[in-house]
Amino acid sequence: MNLEPILPELTLAITTIVVILLDLFIQKKVWLTVISLAGIAVATGFAVTLWGENPQTIFNNLLVIDNFAVFFKILLLVIVALVLLASRDYVSKLRRFQGEYHALVLLAAIGMMLMAAGTDLISIFVSLELSAIAFYALVGFLKDDRSTEASLKFILLGGIASAVLLFGMALTFGFTGKTQLAEIAQVIQQMSPEVLLASSGLILGLVLMIAGFGFKIAAAPFQMWVPDVYEGAPTPVTLYLSVGSKIAGFAVILRVFFSAFGSPESLSQDWGLVFAVLSAIGMTLGNIIAIHQANIKRMLAYSSIAHSGYIMIGLAAVGLTPIGDFTGQSFILFYVIAFALADLAAFIAVIVISNKLNSDLIKDYAGIGKRAPVLAAVLTLSLISLIGLPPTAGFLAKFYIFTGAAGSGLLWLVIVAVINSVISVYYYLRVVKVMWLGEPMFEGKIPSSNATKFSLAICCSGILLLGIVPVVIMQIVETAASSLSF
Amino acid sequence: MDMPIPNILIWFIFLLPLASFVLISFFTKPILKKPRLSGYLTIGAVAGSLTLSIWTLISILRAEGHELVIPDFNWLTINGVINIQVGLVMDTLTAVMLIVVTTVSLMVQIYSQGYMHSDPGYHRYYAFMSLFTASMLGLVMVNNLLLMYVFWELVGLCSYLLIGFWFHKPEAAKAAKKAFIVTRIGDFGFLAAILLLFSQTGTLDIAQIHSLALTGAIGGTILMWAAIGIFLGAVGKSAQFPLHVWLPDAMEGPTPVSALIHAATMVAAGVFLVARMFPIFEHSPDALLIVATIGGFTAIFAASMGLVMNDIKRVLAYSTVSQLGYMMLGLGTGGVAIGIIHLFNHAFFKALLFLGAGSINHATGTFDMRRMGGLRKVMPWTYFTFLIASLSISGIWPLAGFWSKDEILVSTFDSQPVLFYLAMATVFMTAFYMFRVVFLTFGGKYRGGTSSQTDTRPHESPMVMIIPMVILSVLAICSGWFNVTGDFGHLLGHGAEHGFIEGFFGILTHPLPWISLIMAFAGILLAYAIYSKNWISATKVRKFFSPIHTMFFRKYWMDELYEDIIGEKILNKGIFARLKLFDSKLVDGAVNGVAEAVMTMGRAIRQVQTGQLQLYGIFIILGVLAIAIGLILWG
Repeated sequence: MNLEPILPELTLAITTIVVILLDLFIQKKVWLTVISLAGIAVATGFAVTLWGENPQTIFNNLLVIDNFAVFFKILLLVIVALVLLASRDYVSKLRRFQGEYHALVLLAAIGMMLMAAGTDLISIFVSLELSAIAFYALVGFLKDDRSTEASLKFILLGGIASAVLLFGMALTFGFTGKTQLAEIAQVIQQMSPEVLLASSGLILGLVLMIAGFGFKIAAAPFQMWVPDVYEGAPTPVTLYLSVGSKIAGFAVILRVFFSAFGSPESLSQDWGLVFAVLSAIGMTLGNIIAIHQANIKRMLAYSSIAHSGYIMIGLAAVGLTPIGDFTGQSFILFYVIAFALADLAAFIAVIVISNKLNSDLIKDYAGIGKRAPVLAAVLTLSLISLIGLPPTAGFLAKFYIFTGAAGSGLLWLVIVAVINSVISVYYYLRVVKVMWLGEPMFEGKIPSSNATKFSLAICCSGILLLGIVPVVIMQIVETAASSLSF
Repeated sequence: MDMPIPNILIWFIFLLPLASFVLISFFTKPILKKPRLSGYLTIGAVAGSLTLSIWTLISILRAEGHELVIPDFNWLTINGVINIQVGLVMDTLTAVMLIVVTTVSLMVQIYSQGYMHSDPGYHRYYAFMSLFTASMLGLVMVNNLLLMYVFWELVGLCSYLLIGFWFHKPEAAKAAKKAFIVTRIGDFGFLAAILLLFSQTGTLDIAQIHSLALTGAIGGTILMWAAIGIFLGAVGKSAQFPLHVWLPDAMEGPTPVSALIHAATMVAAGVFLVARMFPIFEHSPDALLIVATIGGFTAIFAASMGLVMNDIKRVLAYSTVSQLGYMMLGLGTGGVAIGIIHLFNHAFFKALLFLGAGSINHATGTFDMRRMGGLRKVMPWTYFTFLIASLSISGIWPLAGFWSKDEILVSTFDSQPVLFYLAMATVFMTAFYMFRVVFLTFGGKYRGGTSSQTDTRPHESPMVMIIPMVILSVLAICSGWFNVTGDFGHLLGHGAEHGFIEGFFGILTHPLPWISLIMAFAGILLAYAIYSKNWISATKVRKFFSPIHTMFFRKYWMDELYEDIIGEKILNKGIFARLKLFDSKLVDGAVNGVAEAVMTMGRAIRQVQTGQLQLYGIFIILGVLAIAIGLILWG
């Protein structure tokens, strides 16, 4: 059979095995990172060649390779590469298990890439679990009390979420007799709207799936695990969870809900409304609790919950917008990139600074502007993008999402979101203020490795590029979004 | 250069100095640690822009004045909701402005290599100058009001930064603040006009607004108010009465800055704005009359203050205000071509005058003319170029100033006789105050400079400063010759005075140029009599005209009116004091109350995050139940 469409995943799988085996023989562990990055680069190359092709399904319609999937694959590959670069300083402290660390990061990446391509409830569930199990192990990688506790919580709650999701999928299958998204859509469209809305089995299945996926993307009220796990996990893993896992989650949600439940309108409006309510709760909860956080990782965790809320505005708008218009989807993809860049930059800067300070407390960041002006400037830029101020990517991302929602009649949600954005200014800028205006407790510059500098440069130029000339990315994003079928 | 300029290169006209700004700010100083590179970078970038501008002008001339069509760039698009485009307009007006800005900027940047050589803020200076040049070029090139406003504010920002370049001097900091606040009053009018036009037409594209105005799709009253708003912006930027007060104080900045920003380019942006939006003014005779009247009045009003100042740069500053008034007068009575050609000529001779003043300051360490004198022998180059510029601004045939100034006089004579007499009187005053400067500075004996100057003998400036002055003096002689047949004005569109300008010598067959020449020579003669030969004693004249002299010297007490009466008594102690009560009690109360409420909420909700696994699990289940029940009940 033709393996070409899954060459990116295959490459990563081979790299994973090579990394585990090599770990046994080589002493200079930096080679593990180099080999992983090389594997990622090759995989990215394969993924890029798939861009722009006609959609094709493989493995008996379990996976589809369309522009939407390829877009997410490339995005995830870039994220994994940056995560590995950022892990360099962190991982070198681990004397053992460096090979396993790299292998797990790559395995999670394979799972997430397959998630973006899944067109069948079964393949989606399997790939979701593949990435989740890798993450469970990664969260506990430090093996100290907090890391272990976080990992245990993550496994148990993740288990509940998986069970809920599987139950939802089972109900959907029981109701429609299909697991293929396209076939589910067919069955649903053949029913009359009255019958459809009266079938509480399907509605319950939908709700359970929202809950299961909602756990992945940290949607309130399924977000309780986020602060504890983010705080306890090794910071590069936190970064990976916050950006990679969340993006893959949104990819799956977009595909499942749009492809399978995108029509009739009465049904899509139902889930659109659910996402609208979840979004309002998520933003408000995330932002308000973030105000009181003393730990920067916890603060970023709540901020990440809030941003899931903003992205769900886009989902709600997609649910409420008449089918055939892909604007809403492209706005979500744009926001996802903008959020990924800003969050990556913020976390990478935090990794370096906290490593040196041996503290994650915001008050210990006092005077960082004097000790590490470049890192402080990067962190400031990324926080500004997270707030959503021009000329950064975050501004246009919010602008797009809010405009789209207002166009879909969700004005109330936009108002909630704008109020939330104002609240968020407080806790983001508090960090900026402490960094630049506070007096440093110790003297001495904070050094950063070339790998870090390189990854930060990529993120920052991305943030500014998207914020100043959005058209370039917008075209790519529109191509990706319009390949979503229903 | 037979080939028309490619579209992409046109963008580089303003991208080059912008790149220079970015490189200087983020690269040469912080990373390379080579601040000296900043000067070369800026000069190189501006020289590149100048080359491209000349190519652009040639392309337009080859197209016989038709504008070059450059496709817009979609900056921000949301299907059917918003479509913001970034585009350039490349017509004769833009091309002329590009030439003015890049030429003067290049000369000033080269000159600054000498003038700012040992300044500790050398790289900062060049960073700001690059940013200014980029913004000014952007301002004249964009085809959309919103972006124009952005660049409009950016040049204002650069002006602020450069006036306050020596921010450790309190006067400089104060002058920068004053310039920023006073021009802001005008900007408000411009912004209001933009909003008004947008609300009426739904577009910000200048060409579309013009065509709507031409077809009469916008109402007459609306057009008049829009025109007045735009003109208010121009009044602020171009330092017209009553917002002229900031420009003389702006002389606290480095002198090359004054030459570039406060003489040749930024202050002319107001004139350019009126010219760019001229179709709107054309359909509103009232607005045109306002433009002409304010311009004509400012011309004589500012010249009167220039008669008595002792600081050489302040004389030049009032002269600039006065000449800008001329341009407005030309726009208001004759049209785009007449105003813009004077702008074109003025840029060169006025920049040259400022560079000359800078050169004198370089030699003597002062700007006070009472401490100068006798510099003709020690600074021959400076003297010679300064003299050419003075003759040019006085309007002596056949120098540049003569051609454009007489066109303004003719068009005024035809339409507004009262303003014509004012303008004619201004010709006399201009010649007088310019030659007062020439005789006080270069004639007589040297009167000491600053006492702190260790090298008491003044000396000629280095070649790097002389050469730009010589190049500018060539332009001050012949920049007016482009239009001796009126063709150049014709390309700019609106009504150049045909039949009046008929060749190099032909113009002297008309009576009007002779009258203005006689007025100018009378002014020069009077200055000669008082300040060179002492036939008439300056002290006696001052005593005789004592009340008027005091009025001029105290600048009609307008600073006192603005700062003490309006600023302090009416606004600060009156209105603001009352608003403050409202603010501190009601607004702050509400704001703090809301903030407190949010904080309390955060503290309360945070309690739920106990770290207990069971609770988290329960929340997931409760969430599922709540959604399911909600959907079944309301779905």
